This record gives sequence, structure tokens and C-alpha cells, in this order.
Amino acid sequence: MADLYDRYSSVVYAVALRVLGDTGAAEDVLQEVFLQLWRNPGAFDAARGSLGSWLAVITRNRAIDSLRKRRPETDIEDVVLSVAPDLAGEAERARAAEKVRGVLGSMAPNQRSVLEMAYWEGMSHSEIADKTGEPLGTIKTRIRAGLIALRKAFQT
Amino acid sequence: MSEHEQYAEDLALYALDALAEADRVKLEQHLVSCSACRLELEQLRGDTALLALSAAGPRPPQRARQRLLDAVAREPRLAAVAQAEPRRGWWGWLGWAATAAVIVFALSLWRENSSLKDMLASASSHSAESARQLDELRKIAAPIIEPEAQRVTLVAAKTPAQPQGKAFYLKSRNSLVFLASNMPVLPAQKAYELWLIPTSGSPIPAGVFKPDARGSAVVVNPPLPAGVEAKAFAITVENEAGSAAPTSPVLMVGAGE
Repeated sequence: MADLYDRYSSVVYAVALRVLGDTGAAEDVLQEVFLQLWRNPGAFDAARGSLGSWLAVITRNRAIDSLRKRRPETDIEDVVLSVAPDLAGEAERARAAEKVRGVLGSMAPNQRSVLEMAYWEGMSHSEIADKTGEPLGTIKTRIRAGLIALRKAFQT
Repeated sequence: MSEHEQYAEDLALYALDALAEADRVKLEQHLVSCSACRLELEQLRGDTALLALSAAGPRPPQRARQRLLDAVAREPRLAAVAQAEPRRGWWGWLGWAATAAVIVFALSLWRENSSLKDMLASASSHSAESARQLDELRKIAAPIIEPEAQRVTLVAAKTPAQPQGKAFYLKSRNSLVFLASNMPVLPAQKAYELWLIPTSGSPIPAGVFKPDARGSAVVVNPPLPAGVEAKAFAITVENEAGSAAPTSPVLMVGAGE
């Protein structure tokens, strides 16, 4: 566990901090995520994806739940994700981060902002529509297109 | 836009937990039986992990590391053992799915062929070898289906036991074995009903059961139409006598592993 912590704690903490904006709360989520992994190592399916990516997804979900003061909607066992680059090494992470920022930077601003509202602020579909004044259908399409654009950037 | 395309867009929102409640329920129901969408969901979740990378920030405080290791030291380590141990003996050799199939086959022989049992009993027309094999299979099946067998469901420590059902279905033999555990007790005139959800058509009744005092139940070889392709299995609560069609919402559901 110490080894896993050393490898992935910075990803987990960075995600939690970005969502919550509070170092204490981020630290709590950090603890929670690693403890969950300890208690339930079977929840992660190594054949399907990388541990770093899985942890990032779990962390973001828990942090959003905490931010919006709601009960977790998805069990960690239900979170299965496939492929996505391994975020284990600092160097790989830095390279991948560069790429992601590049893709986000070249996205249309209203696409990027919609993606970020959903991801970092945990806003729901309708909340985003209310905030941006865009129709629900447009929001849906933009979010999906945004994720696919990220995916494509990593498919060589 | 086709219905399926619509689900594809919902999937992206679902991966971000941004999908509205009503749509979410519909999508989750769809996911039970659509492996293409489940796969796409996994991909989309992977894509969301990429977004996580755009978060750059300070490292966690040093004390967090020790705090975690202390917390871990206080925890009992259980769950990994249940999964990591290689399965021994007959079971391990054959693999779980194959073993289950063998058991279903054995049970179907056992139940359907009372004449076979008579033949075995008289030990005249059946070869000693296949009688021995059948006996072997019966021994393996016994702890699974005998009423006095002890059934234990293992979950990660400190989680409350959840209702659980496992269905083993062999289409070619028309055989179904279903095991349930931790099922809540029902009021007097009610029972659980198991349904086979075919790839097309309405749910097919697959047995009515009431859990015993420990919350366990077994259904073995209910009458089923021949050669039905099962998309999923589900459980509802019905009147004691059972029902030809589900009259209440789905309580538990599962699609093939």
C-alpha cells in the first residue's frame, strides 16, 4: 500500500483538490480513496485498465459527492473503465497532461467549459443547460464530443 | 436519431454522473442487457480519467502518508484472501463456469431420469463407470443444493450482507439452478419469483421461492420452454402461488458474466 500511495497519491490529491478547492477536504478524500482500495482490492480489474486512471475516476466521483453533499451514486465495484494511459510514472503523467491540456486548449470554449462544469463542478445536465442557456440536446452532444476528442488524441 | 444512438449520448453524461434521474434509470435498465453500451461506458470512463490529468497541483502534505498507513494497519485484511487463493481440487481444475455447467447437467440427469435412477439402483443395465461418475457429480452438487447445506456469502469486511442471487443456466439442457442468499423475509402470502428474460419476448417464469430462516433459497430445474436464449435473469415479489407475468417492479437483476 505504501508503494501504491507513493505512486498515485499526487494524482488523487490533485483531482480532489481541484474539485474541492480545500486542502483539508482534499486530504480526507485522499484517505478515503486509498482506504477503499485497501478494503476492496477486487473492485479494480487490472485486466481492463490502469490503476492510476481508475483511481482518478473514483477520486473525482467521491470528491464531487462530497462537494455536492450527496450520497455516492455508484459503487466502486461498478466503476469499470478500459484502457486509458497508465498514470503511474511522473514522466508519463506529465506528458499525458500536456496532451490533455493541448486538446482542451484547442477545443471550442463553450465545449470545454461544458465539459469542465460537468467534470470538475459535478453539475448535472440540466444545471449546465440552465447556466449556459443552451438546449439540453446541445449540452449532451458537446460533452460526448469532448470526451471522444480526448480519446482520439491518445489513439495513435 | 435511433433509440440506441440516444443511449450513446446519455452514456457520456452517465460517465460524468451528470445524467438526470429519469434518464439514468432508463439507461441503467438498458445497460443490463446491452454489452455494446457497457463497453462504450467503460471507454468513456477511461476518457474521463484523461480529464483528471489536467489537474496539476501541489503534492499532498507529508502527514497524509503516515495517517493512511496507520489507518491501514488498523484494518483487518480479509477481502483479498477470498479472491486471491487459487481454487483447489476439482473445482479449481475445471473453473467455476464449467463446474456449474457440469452440476446443472448432473442435476438434470438426476431429476429428469427417475428411470435412470432405477437403472442405477438395479445396477443391471448401466455401466459401473458412468454410475460412478454420476455419483461423483452428485457428491459435488450436494453441498450446493441440499437443504441442510451451510451457505456462506463472503463480502468485504464491514459491509452489510446484500441480497444476492446466482443463476446457472444451460440452454442446451434446459437446466437452471438458482441460489439466493441474504434475501429479506417476505409477508405471508408473498413469494419471490425468478424470471428468465429472453433475448426477445416477455419474461418467462422460472420458479417461485421463499427464503429459509437464513435468507437462503434454491431453485432447481423449474419447467422451462426448450432452447430459450437468456439475456438476463430477474426477481420480483409476487403472490405465493406465483404469476405468469411480473406484476411488481424488478427487485434484483443480472445479465450474463
